[in-house]
Amino acid sequence: MSKEKVAVYISKELYERVKKFIETQGGFSTIEEFVEFVLNEVISEEPTSYTMSKEDEEKVKERLRALGYI
Amino acid sequence: MVSKPHGNKLINRVVVGRRRDHLLEEAKELPRIEISETLAADTINIAHGVYSPLEGFMTQEDYIHVLHDMRLSNDIPWTIPIILDVNPEDIVDIKEGDDITLTHNNKPIAIMKIEEIYGWDKNEYCKQVFKATDPTHPGVTKTMGRKELLIGGPIDLLNDIYEPFEKYRLWPIETRVLFEAKRWRTIAGFQTRNVPHLGHEYVQKAALTFVDGLFINPLVGWKKRGDFKDEVIARAYEVLIQHYFPKDSIVFSVLRMEMRYAGPREAVFHAIVRKNFGCTHFIVGRDHAGVGNFYKPYEAWEIFKEFPDLGITPLFIRESFYCKKCGGFVNEKICPHSDENRIRISGTKLRRFILRKEKPPEYMVRPEVFEVILSFDNPFIE
Amino acid sequence: MFEDEFKKDSDVRRGKYTTVSIPITLYNRIKELIKDTGFTSVSQFVTYILREVIASMEREKLESSMISEEEKKRIIEKLRKLGYI
Ligand SMILES: [Zn+2]
Repeated sequence: MSKEKVAVYISKELYERVKKFIETQGGFSTIEEFVEFVLNEVISEEPTSYTMSKEDEEKVKERLRALGYI
Repeated sequence: MVSKPHGNKLINRVVVGRRRDHLLEEAKELPRIEISETLAADTINIAHGVYSPLEGFMTQEDYIHVLHDMRLSNDIPWTIPIILDVNPEDIVDIKEGDDITLTHNNKPIAIMKIEEIYGWDKNEYCKQVFKATDPTHPGVTKTMGRKELLIGGPIDLLNDIYEPFEKYRLWPIETRVLFEAKRWRTIAGFQTRNVPHLGHEYVQKAALTFVDGLFINPLVGWKKRGDFKDEVIARAYEVLIQHYFPKDSIVFSVLRMEMRYAGPREAVFHAIVRKNFGCTHFIVGRDHAGVGNFYKPYEAWEIFKEFPDLGITPLFIRESFYCKKCGGFVNEKICPHSDENRIRISGTKLRRFILRKEKPPEYMVRPEVFEVILSFDNPFIE
Repeated sequence: MFEDEFKKDSDVRRGKYTTVSIPITLYNRIKELIKDTGFTSVSQFVTYILREVIASMEREKLESSMISEEEKKRIIEKLRKLGYI
């Protein structure tokens, strides 16, 4: 896995709010650690999107159209 | 469970007992600034936690953040500046760090610690808050007429102002206890500045179908000309609730606070205030806190997307109308019929019936409510 | 490497924004995830999520009732008198 990192922007105020929270809460030594943890959590909750090829999608739409649903 | 207060802290800056006696003495010696009824009401609201987590009038840092980012300087959502304006000549002897006494009708209301004195750009305020600088917007006119300087800092409340609706007034700490006593877990707040017609009742009952309790909380205080008088609104709700709501599912109390007519921003502000009263949900209707055609009909719904951390859930309820074919109150989503079957109940239509003292159809307004309105010589603000 | 689509350099120079670095793999996953969702940048998504999560964690930390029993009794008495209960 690559160790390469990308910087994202957040407002100073939000940064301070997060910093204050993890300082009183404990458990995380840096903001980046916390942000990474939260994002991983959120992303893993996202249902794996149901993937369908463009072709298949067109086929289904055609049928729905023929039946008058759309 | 009732909502946590905004910023997680219910503010209480009402001074009582010996400390109050002491501060009342002190207040006599301090420089005084006389404030309007509207500002006195803001002061009292701050002290009772209606504007939690604010402990006073905003200093410049919060003011600027609210104006441009719709958040306090600590990132907590906040959309309407809570500010105290003064004339430069009123504060020539006052400097930052001083304590002053805020008075209304020459009676001391509160002691304020002046943390900051600063200028403001009223035009910029209007652009940001009202998205308008047009003087036909009542908020713009009012703002442009305000005083030149702002003073910010915490307040300590010594005296309330006279409240004619005392028996209908509850503070956040009281509604919180009340909602818990009623064992309500979900409570929808309803903001209003109008007498209730059946369109409102439909929206309220649509919400109430999904929550444990409804908190009807009309604003009393400054409104524009042609709006209903406070007394009319309070009395109208009294009879509506008595005749058409189960007592167990509703709490009615008034809040003294001015209308700003700031549309979307004010909708968020209204939600925050009701969160402090303990509401878990807040009803946002069509053109919430709007005026004229300054805001798009559902613009107030859009703005809530920007606040994942608001801590109160908006309930977006569509405008309702009477449909002759459906035979009742419905909305776009549930009525398939064409426009000629639909009767929209507007304040303007209701007003015409009132001015002619003519009984409106039953689907427009409850007869008991209409009777209350007609019992006033002039139910409108002049 | 920076994500530039979000804020103008001038905002950053004015000190309004600060940066947080996240692994590029995570960044790319989010970028993929937010396609066609209304979020226009990873930064915007991260801001949204952080606010949502922080606010709910702050709330959880509070003890359930902050009102003393005495005060509660006094209030209930008043509510009874006014006919609310
Ligand atoms: Zn219909």
